[in-house]
Amino acid sequence: MEAFSAIVLQAEEASQFDPEAKNIAAAASAGYAYGLAAIGPALGIGFLVGKSVEAMARQPEAAGMVRTTMFLGIAFTEALALIGFVVFILLKFA
Amino acid sequence: MDPMSTRFDGPAPEVGVSNDMIKRGVIVAPVLIAICGVIWGADGAWSSAYGVVIILANFALAAGLIAMAAKISVGLMMGATLFGYLTRLGLIFLAVFLVKDTSWISFPAIGSTIIVTHLGLLFWEMKYVALSLAHPGLKPERVSSTPRPTHPTDPIH
Repeated sequence: MEAFSAIVLQAEEASQFDPEAKNIAAAASAGYAYGLAAIGPALGIGFLVGKSVEAMARQPEAAGMVRTTMFLGIAFTEALALIGFVVFILLKFA
Repeated sequence: MDPMSTRFDGPAPEVGVSNDMIKRGVIVAPVLIAICGVIWGADGAWSSAYGVVIILANFALAAGLIAMAAKISVGLMMGATLFGYLTRLGLIFLAVFLVKDTSWISFPAIGSTIIVTHLGLLFWEMKYVALSLAHPGLKPERVSSTPRPTHPTDPIH
């Protein structure tokens, strides 16, 4: 949180003097938003797939069902990253 | 079970689910495009169409990667899923980056379309997923019952 506060403070200070610095700060913030939004789903998908493979190993006859659940779980988890991506494009390009 | 040698040769349920979502996405796309067209104009409609294409391609790529890797080994399926996630995020970024300076792009339209299409199709698909051992993917289609003979001389009576 301290790092974020420092970034926001630097951005505010820089934007008072230089409009270009404001753009740079906005780009950095967008990058942070996208990066942080991608980390959480990546952890979630890793955990989800690991547990799914464990379930398939325990019950190979249920592998099809587990794969369907896994695919839907991945897609739902990925929605978080896509929300982060949308925030990124709105901050960076819009 | 050895994750490096175990593989699943049977039908891939995620491909069926993904194809079903794509089918529903194509059905619902004109509505989304029309809504974005009303709110953001022609640029919004084009951007919305582009967003729908991105999401449907993302679903198809995700299912294809998992199905292809599962036919080789479970270990590769794990790798393909995680690196596939990173690759697909990169491809979505590239797809938007390539059109960011075009005249027809509307970022609020493409952003809202991406979120609404992705989540909407997923929640809609939940209704059609069976999740049973007999039908691991989609629910079987209901067989239309043939009308029973009602005349007294029919052989069934």
